[in-house]
Amino acid sequence: MVRDTNRHFKFDWITIILFFLLVGFGYLNILSASHTGNDISYFDLTQPFGKQLIFIFLTFGLIVLLLAIDAKFYERFSSIIYIIAMLSLVGLFVFGKNVNGATSWYAIGGMTLQPSEFAKMATALAVAKYVSDLNTNIKSFKDQIQIFIIIIIPAILVLLQNDTGSTLVYASFFFVLYREGLPKFYLAIGVALILISILSLKFGAIITSIMAFIFLLAFHFLSKKKIRIFESILIFIAAIAISFGVKFFYQSILQPHQKDRISLWLRLEKDPAKLEKMKQTFAYNLNESEKAISSGGVTGRGFMKGERTTGKFVPEQHTDYIFSTVGEEWGFLGSSFVVIIFVLLLLRILHLAELQKSQFSRVYGYGVASIIFIHFFINIGMVMGIIPTIGIPLPLFSYGGSGLWAFTILIFIFIKLDSNRINEW
Amino acid sequence: MRQFLLFITIIAVGVLFISRLFYLQVYNSSTHNLFEDNAIRKVYDYPKRGFVYDRNGELLVANQPSYDVMVIPREVEPLDTLEFCSLLKIDKEKFIKTYNKARRYSPRLPSVFVSHLSKEDYAVLQEKMRKFRGFYIQKRSLRNYETTIGANVLGDIGEVNNRIIKRRPYYKMGDLIGKQGVEASYEKTLRGVKGIKFIQKDRFNRNIGPYKNGEFDTIPEQGKDITITIDAQLQAYGELLMKNKRGGVIAIEPSSGEILAMVAAPTYDPNILVGRDRSKNFTKLFNDSIAKPLFNRSLQGVYEPGSPFKLMNALIALQEGVMSPNETVTCHGGYRYGNRIMKCHCNYGTRNDMIGGIQRSCNAYFATTYRKILDKNGSASDGINTWSKHARSFGLGQFLNNDLFVGQKGRIPDRDYYKHIYPKTFYSTYTISNAIGQGEVATTPIQLANMAAGIANRGYYYTPHIIKHIEGETLPEQFTKAKYTSIDKRHFEPVIEGMYQVYKKGTAASLQVKDIDICGKTGTVENFVKIDSVKTQLTDHSIFLAFAPKEDPKIAIAVFVENGYWGSRFAGKVASLMIEKHIKGYITRTDLEEWLLKHSLENEYAKPYSGEPFRINGGTTLQIVEEKEYFQLKKKLKTINKPKS
Repeated sequence: MVRDTNRHFKFDWITIILFFLLVGFGYLNILSASHTGNDISYFDLTQPFGKQLIFIFLTFGLIVLLLAIDAKFYERFSSIIYIIAMLSLVGLFVFGKNVNGATSWYAIGGMTLQPSEFAKMATALAVAKYVSDLNTNIKSFKDQIQIFIIIIIPAILVLLQNDTGSTLVYASFFFVLYREGLPKFYLAIGVALILISILSLKFGAIITSIMAFIFLLAFHFLSKKKIRIFESILIFIAAIAISFGVKFFYQSILQPHQKDRISLWLRLEKDPAKLEKMKQTFAYNLNESEKAISSGGVTGRGFMKGERTTGKFVPEQHTDYIFSTVGEEWGFLGSSFVVIIFVLLLLRILHLAELQKSQFSRVYGYGVASIIFIHFFINIGMVMGIIPTIGIPLPLFSYGGSGLWAFTILIFIFIKLDSNRINEW
Repeated sequence: MRQFLLFITIIAVGVLFISRLFYLQVYNSSTHNLFEDNAIRKVYDYPKRGFVYDRNGELLVANQPSYDVMVIPREVEPLDTLEFCSLLKIDKEKFIKTYNKARRYSPRLPSVFVSHLSKEDYAVLQEKMRKFRGFYIQKRSLRNYETTIGANVLGDIGEVNNRIIKRRPYYKMGDLIGKQGVEASYEKTLRGVKGIKFIQKDRFNRNIGPYKNGEFDTIPEQGKDITITIDAQLQAYGELLMKNKRGGVIAIEPSSGEILAMVAAPTYDPNILVGRDRSKNFTKLFNDSIAKPLFNRSLQGVYEPGSPFKLMNALIALQEGVMSPNETVTCHGGYRYGNRIMKCHCNYGTRNDMIGGIQRSCNAYFATTYRKILDKNGSASDGINTWSKHARSFGLGQFLNNDLFVGQKGRIPDRDYYKHIYPKTFYSTYTISNAIGQGEVATTPIQLANMAAGIANRGYYYTPHIIKHIEGETLPEQFTKAKYTSIDKRHFEPVIEGMYQVYKKGTAASLQVKDIDICGKTGTVENFVKIDSVKTQLTDHSIFLAFAPKEDPKIAIAVFVENGYWGSRFAGKVASLMIEKHIKGYITRTDLEEWLLKHSLENEYAKPYSGEPFRINGGTTLQIVEEKEYFQLKKKLKTINKPKS
């Protein structure tokens, strides 16, 4: 009997509370960003805030369902869930509805469903399943390729649907794999690639090559672990090749709008007239969103009192740019609060993942944290102008039923897995 | 180690985000400025601009409504272009061009489609406006000049440019500001303060209600009417007399410093700077670099004053005690210094006392006087500084600090001025030209008129000003408090007597007006220009300074007529007529009037630009105004001289 009463409390309530804090605060901001006029009918289903409220209510049912299902179900059926998710992505090419240039939605009656949101969860399950398989050795190149294929399939499918943001999410699995023993070599390559790309664009290929040379030289003399001269030269040549390659990629392959975003981000454009023009066209969102956040000050302009939010100055404010509403109406205190809640949620999930006895649960938990983290990083980073504009929602916060449910499923499967921890051996 | 990568990354990103938030919201957050917030629409309520009246209460400047057709391109629906164009009196090409320009500017914001419709066009258009979606009529207020005179006095208003907006944030794009004249110097009084309404808008620029229920809104403050010191009739008369001449006329009431008339010739009709043709006409005036109609010669024209300045030298000599009124100087047809000679018109051997010296404008007499002033203490350096100080006490050589929009300092040299030309030795003969008002001495007509007022008042003057009255305000002390010169009252009588004799039997004897005791002084000033970098002499300037009556003066006047040859030929006539007009209100010397209207100096002004050799002074013949124009001028003269009912 004692064990039974405790059953309810085995769910990690800290995670659940953080989850509801974000959903609730998100709803308030969606309400503020999407209402018009003074009379608000909260259940007006033609308005985003009305729909979101319904989505939130339905979430409760979803949570009960998720927690009722046996924990083993998720592990056992992960392959099937993955296959269904991939098929639903493929199906978009035939039945998909085009919204804002991305073919990412199924239209069912009056509702739309975005399968790419659910595919993330499915991929996390599949990766967990594959990595935790006793026959899998992550150090072997063959298995690495297999895992890579599991991840790259949904990434390519969403990229083909013009959903660049969702594609990037799959890069987050790197954190999972690294935790599970992917050689350090990959981390070094990844970091070097990012650094060389940014430096080449900002300072040019030649300066980057010189910097790479100096770095290698320093490494050669300072590090205890010597690299052979031959290897050093090879790395150096590779760095130069990448550096020039990135320049070429930027100038010849990227589409103009993508180029503009990167150029604005790295402050490559010096001509004030062109900058002004950028601010009026593609950088309009970013400019307005930064202005909205700045105008919040320390304490914010108050709930439903932000001029920019009321005036609908930031397009897509209730979806991807929801954080600018927080910035304007709740100020530095409110925005920092949201950032801290996200960080706490992520750290809590990571902490729980490390506690898992089953490798499947741990890998899945890592997957959950990584996926939420990359959304959090790209979305808020973009809204504040730290990284280039990439369309991606803020988990649990942005308007959208598919997103809300997908993240609910993602998190609550893990909560369920976690609650089953003591039954593992 | 491996467990910590994501862990550390998450914390790092959290710290990065909070730092960025701190930068955006705490460090970089400017205090909320309603005016810079593009989420708030500012709607201005423009008050009525104050009217301008002349000293007799005659309305000179009022307002008129003006109608602009505005367009919001996004709201335009297919329309009958042909009808619309004919209503607006434009062709289809212009229609398309303007429409595209407006669309390029902004499809959502209103642009001016056709500006300044006439009242008639407006009346017709208004009826049919509802047929043309996306177009509407915007009412604005423009100036309405009730007169054709005084362009240089009244000035004009025009749209502010970016430079003004940057310097004076009160003004926003499209606001009007006084550009010249009274409109500029009394801008703040006339314009009032505009009211403002803050309206919350959305990103499509639609209004969604008053911002914070209008708690920051202000109501407009009406512009105040002003009365200026100008006598419109006298001004009109002066402008007519100066027709076909170039120069400046300033008449001042000595007992108050009020400017009765301020003529700059050539001038233009102020009405041409209102409405549709403003920019076209302004460009035309602005580009006329020869006649320079926008150059206010009565305020900005710096001329050597010539003989009228001899009065100043006489006063200084008396004050310094280096000459007595009765002391005589014999003129041998000029003044010799070293092996040079300054010529004079006096008969050989004429003995002049002070009155005679002024009456005959004897160069020898004033050269002697000037040297005595400078050599008083044996040092010409000290002498010229004393001399300069006295002259400056009449407001010469410096800004008058009045309420006129433009001005020039003129020049009264002191020892410092000459330190580069004469670093060591300095003798009184070096600057002997100053004795007769040439050389380094230079004044503007208004300064000279003010000097006449100072003499007329026997030792003090009021800063010449243009404002007579502002609704509900008193004039500042700088205009109501007398400024005393450094010359004692008793020294003025001999000089004034000399000026009186100029009219009685001297150089202006031909200009006498019955029943008015006028005191005056003629001036004839040599002048040079550079033609293809060759210094070339032109016909002398005609200059005149006068006040009247001798006792209890009512008017002090200075007249400059460029290239008018000798003082009484043009300038003296203008001065006498203006004096008679002001004092009597009617003219007895109609012969002078007719002479002035009949004669033009335009051919004289054309000479330096003709590219051909030309003769000056005695070698010239006066140009007669064409019959048709003369007839028009006469007609105009009649309307001006018509006694007021």
